[in-house]
Amino acid sequence: MAFELETADGRDRLRRVAIDPVSRVEGHGKVTLLIDEHDEVREARLHIVEFRGFEVFIQGRPYWEVPVMVQRLCGICPVSHHLAAAKALDVATAAAPITASAEKLRRLMHYGQILQSHALHFFHLSSPDLLFGFESEVARRNIVGVAAAYPDIARQGVLLRKFGQEVIRATAGKKIHGTGAVPGGMNRHLSAEDHALLARDIDRVIDWSRAAVELVKRLYRADPALYDVFGSFESAFMSLVRADGAMDLYDGGLRVRDAQGHILRDHVPDQDYHRLICEEVKPWSYMKFPFLRELGPETGWYRVGPLARVQNCDFIPTPHAEAERREFIDHGQGRPVHATLAYHWARMIEMLHAAEVIRALLADPDLRSGELLRPGTGAREGVGIIEAPRGTLIHHYRIGEDDLVTMCNLIVSTTHNNQAMNTAVREVAKRYLSGRTLTEGLLNHIEVAIRAYDPCLSCATHALGQMPLVVELVCTDGTVHQRLVRKR
Amino acid sequence: MSASAPRTVVFVVGNRSRGDDALGPLLAERLESLGAPGVSLICDHQLQIEHALDMAGAQRVLFVDAAQGLAADVELRALAPEPGRAPFSHALTPTALLAVYRQVHGRPPPPAWVLAVAGESFALGAGLSARAAAAAEQAWAVLQALFEHPAADWADAAALMQCRAGERTAPNRPQD
Repeated sequence: MAFELETADGRDRLRRVAIDPVSRVEGHGKVTLLIDEHDEVREARLHIVEFRGFEVFIQGRPYWEVPVMVQRLCGICPVSHHLAAAKALDVATAAAPITASAEKLRRLMHYGQILQSHALHFFHLSSPDLLFGFESEVARRNIVGVAAAYPDIARQGVLLRKFGQEVIRATAGKKIHGTGAVPGGMNRHLSAEDHALLARDIDRVIDWSRAAVELVKRLYRADPALYDVFGSFESAFMSLVRADGAMDLYDGGLRVRDAQGHILRDHVPDQDYHRLICEEVKPWSYMKFPFLRELGPETGWYRVGPLARVQNCDFIPTPHAEAERREFIDHGQGRPVHATLAYHWARMIEMLHAAEVIRALLADPDLRSGELLRPGTGAREGVGIIEAPRGTLIHHYRIGEDDLVTMCNLIVSTTHNNQAMNTAVREVAKRYLSGRTLTEGLLNHIEVAIRAYDPCLSCATHALGQMPLVVELVCTDGTVHQRLVRKR
Repeated sequence: MSASAPRTVVFVVGNRSRGDDALGPLLAERLESLGAPGVSLICDHQLQIEHALDMAGAQRVLFVDAAQGLAADVELRALAPEPGRAPFSHALTPTALLAVYRQVHGRPPPPAWVLAVAGESFALGAGLSARAAAAAEQAWAVLQALFEHPAADWADAAALMQCRAGERTAPNRPQD
């Protein structure tokens, strides 16, 4: 089936606009718009070239190498892959449940990852757009402009990132390719030195996180008409929740709410994810489109990530974040908040929650002592699901009698949001671009919508080379009618 | 630290498991064995905003990374801060990181250069391409030259190498 603006009639008669960052990485995004003679947008698509070598890279490897190896898939959220793989292999080696000390250490690592990733996204990638508007001068729409207007914000963002990275280093052993989590548990406690280092700064981290929530609320309230409308559309939401309905970013069962907020499915065990979710292939995209099996692709697609998680749970089990969640829910006036830009608000609530969780964990003596490993005997198959910064991340493995991985299936967060991101792009194109001569500022609306989802394009390679955003308006005879280039 | 050896931060960027993106980490191994005085080596998948903190106190900065689209196998050039965000990536370019430094610290960043090493293939699980392997040897020669005389002015050092096939570059100082 096709959604509105997914496929235009008479495509060969329309002008084509491509927003294509010329990148040298395997995973990158491209937006194409087809426009008629009246400048009306007739088709809008976000193509994400998902690098599909993951499974092949993992298959045939000894299972105990996998938690380290998967960190090489993605330089953005290696910890999420590390922990999702370890969780799957806990099950596959019949070592689940792991010990209390091991789980708490993994949680500390994970919430450190959430904190640093959310800080990076809000303070560096998105705040320039949010603070200065989408059609501000390009020169101001960058972090220098933010720093000029909000001098402490940029520095706090950097220091929050740094703190999160220190949490990862302290628990994983190093910032990249850490070996903290292993099938069946963890291989190190938190050292006294690292505990002191993290405990020294955590109160300040919480204060800054609270300030970040206040900032995003100020932005929202300054222009509610924009924030509530921009790229807004209704969808279902999916995330993990704890057994009591609490937000839990490390473990739990899958919960799905429909667009009106009613629970469709609850506490679906992680091992049964394949009974809940299917993936559809479309000829114009390399990335699959997941949907709920029982509803089908037309009505069964959903959103994941902060916006879903903050509204899917019944409560957040830390006081400051819970107070902020209630305020967020109140903003919806009894209905779910569907605005794309509300992702930023929800993301900062999660960042605050992560900081509070880290503080609570640092007070727990189990981080410094207790059994770390639980031996397993090999069930040979396991699924691990974790709520990564960008949303639900699924790792599924089968292990042969020779202890080599025979099957690997990964569904990454950005894949879950594929239909949602396409829908956001179409909503923005329809509302802001249709019927108008394209300008760089107008096209930035598309980027703003995409950025709200914080897509991760599996680009662990970052070789040098300019990555300009090239936008071309091509007439049906192939001539370039208009060309905009933004240097990155 | 010796007064004759300026404090130098070297950022080496890359992923060993993605073909020619391993160029950086491979050169980092050699650089570590060189034991050049005053050098702090930082190796990561990609540049991120917190790396701006690692530059604090540095007298000069060098970025080493694989690159596409080079005319020559190796290119050494000076950098100036240039703010920027890629639309579909979380990683920073070296020039964007210098801009973050300026914004976070409120002063210009240290003089900075990039050593770009030509790569062709970045597939997951692939090894080095033939061109990248050859470029790595050239890059290593350049790195040795750069650190042979610790106090050498790198603006002149850039002129010692052929940055583009068949031509020599003029000395190039970073501009703020």
